[in-house]
Amino acid sequence: MSKLKKHINRSSHLFLPLSVLVLLIIVNLIKGADYFRITMVNGAFYGNIPNILFGASELVILSIGMTLVTAASRGQDISIGENGAITSAIFVWYVLNAGEVTLLTILVGFFISCVAGILIGAFNGTLVSVFNVQPMVATLILFLGGRSIAFMIDGKVSPILANEISNKIGTVIPGIPIHTPIILTAVFIAIVAVVLKKTNLRLYVESVGINPSAVRLNGIDPKKIIFLTFLIMGVCSAVAGFIAVNKAGRHDSVNLLKFIMMDAILAVALGGNSLGGGKFSITGSIIGAYTIEMLNRTLLRLEVNPEAIKAFKAVFIIVLMVIASPVVRVFVRKVLDKAKTIGKASSLSTPDSRQMD
Amino acid sequence: MESPNTTKPKTRLSNSNLLFMIAGIIFVLMYGFALIRYPGSFMQFQTFFDLFNLNAALFIVTLGLCVVMIAGGIDISVGAVCGLVTMACAMLLQSGAASIWGALLLALAIGTAFGVLHGFLIAYLEIQPFIITLSGMFLAQGLLTTLHKDPINVTMPAFVALRNYTIEIPWLGTVNRLGYFIPCEIKPGVIVVVVLIILYAILMKWSRFGRNVYAIGGNSQSARMLGINVKRTRFFSYVICGLTAGISGFVYLMTTGAGNIGNGALFEMKAIASNVIGGILLNGGVGNLLGAPIGTMTLLTINELIRAAGVQSNLQAIVSGLLLYLFIVLQSIVMSLRGERKFRIVLPPWLKP
Repeated sequence: MSKLKKHINRSSHLFLPLSVLVLLIIVNLIKGADYFRITMVNGAFYGNIPNILFGASELVILSIGMTLVTAASRGQDISIGENGAITSAIFVWYVLNAGEVTLLTILVGFFISCVAGILIGAFNGTLVSVFNVQPMVATLILFLGGRSIAFMIDGKVSPILANEISNKIGTVIPGIPIHTPIILTAVFIAIVAVVLKKTNLRLYVESVGINPSAVRLNGIDPKKIIFLTFLIMGVCSAVAGFIAVNKAGRHDSVNLLKFIMMDAILAVALGGNSLGGGKFSITGSIIGAYTIEMLNRTLLRLEVNPEAIKAFKAVFIIVLMVIASPVVRVFVRKVLDKAKTIGKASSLSTPDSRQMD
Repeated sequence: MESPNTTKPKTRLSNSNLLFMIAGIIFVLMYGFALIRYPGSFMQFQTFFDLFNLNAALFIVTLGLCVVMIAGGIDISVGAVCGLVTMACAMLLQSGAASIWGALLLALAIGTAFGVLHGFLIAYLEIQPFIITLSGMFLAQGLLTTLHKDPINVTMPAFVALRNYTIEIPWLGTVNRLGYFIPCEIKPGVIVVVVLIILYAILMKWSRFGRNVYAIGGNSQSARMLGINVKRTRFFSYVICGLTAGISGFVYLMTTGAGNIGNGALFEMKAIASNVIGGILLNGGVGNLLGAPIGTMTLLTINELIRAAGVQSNLQAIVSGLLLYLFIVLQSIVMSLRGERKFRIVLPPWLKP
């Protein structure tokens, strides 16, 4: 019992996203009992759960990067969607100009777009770490200008990525029943998990977020760590842009990953992370990202008026944040403690009931 | 000019005023460059007044956001609230159920309601401002699309009269090619802007509330130890921001005369950028309120300049991003040099703000 309690205490940051997830599942089950049904179409899984995993793949990857940036720099990167648009524009440009499309060209294009992502991350990271600009302001620059850069790389309105391999990456590879974006996301999560497990990244990032000057006195350069998180963010946005453009099959510089930074920040907050930096939980952010996708799809499933979806989403988030807010939590704990002491007092007065326990 | 500060003790310039000075110098340089490069358009006073005439709502939004940013918070719902107010007021006016005063009251009510909601959740329940105002933005956008999807043009005669009403400045103007004298015109929205700037500047500089805002933005812990009611101050900073967003919505409607879904889009980002150019830091506690209009004017002048230069529309966003980059880096370098005591700036007392 005490072991379980300790475990619950340790993972209390996961309480919020998991309870929301459960709540959403219950709502969906009330709407229709066949929520979990998975059907096989053309050798691939379809259904509500695969759709959520498929739809949220970019968001999950971006929210991982956002968690790191938030934890280290105590601010948010608001240019991630634009970064993804730029890197995927470079990817599409390379693939369309490389002649015959083979797996090698796709891979080279992907690496080039990753390098571009790192460069963009270095741009933002330099502003934040060297020039001491707040992250939101620093990334505002690319937020305002990024889509125009992507448009200029595109050259024409929206280049179409019509080849066999892109199509497979965007949907399914024959013979494998799971959508490729889901697999890519899983691989990415696994890589991040290994990196966090094997290196000191988590310790460094958390300590920089908690107290940069103390970290500096201990011989770690907080600037380097913040810079590093922005580089990771750049890679994350490149991967997300790669998946998004392969899903869409064409590069739409105006609408690709539009306003996804709002959802990514929301995922970080839903995952129980503080937006003020410090300790972080990648697991929480991932669950938060899936929760947001699930929320969107649940609202659609409940046949909410499409115009009002945003308002419903807002109300839901506000209610959720109120429940999870520290003040309310302390208040609830007090009430529960009081109830417990009253219960104990009554059980002491009646010894028979204690024996029943 | 002879500086009479030789006898009086020199005081160091505060960070707020240093940043404000940088913003002012940048604006003057910017406008001076514009005057020299494109004298045909920028020499006319009307061009300067048009910056205000057409963007009065942005100026107002920036003012409200400035208060919140000095208090160390952020409100990204201002643009959406502004848009919601334009649509709601346009519908109310078009239905003929209320007069202009009724619409103004509605605008103030919507703005205050959002402000109170944000303020309560952020100050008293201690939820992160970004998330709350983000959901406030979603809420306002959702309500906006639920209210009406198509643009509404207000045709109510009294409102059209107000929209077309202009104030002429008889002693200022240009003589056109035919020899007629054309006086400069300003819109009623500009007066609202000026009044609000004066009001807010007084509020932030000389009222107890304003000083409290600076205190909690700088360090909320020590502010609380000094006996400042941190929660109430933070609450009212958001209420003021919401109220200002409401006013800006009404002014926007006075400028364009139509409610539309796209109204006030990206205002929050423009307002943040203006405030940053104006020397108001997102960390809080630093900034001069007058920096907000100066930053907005700089941003708008940049846009006008780029337009005058005839740059391709895609390059416009990139160029303005680059200029923003330059300003931010410049600010940062000046601040860090100052931190290392490489130089000291001392203003003569007659210039001291």
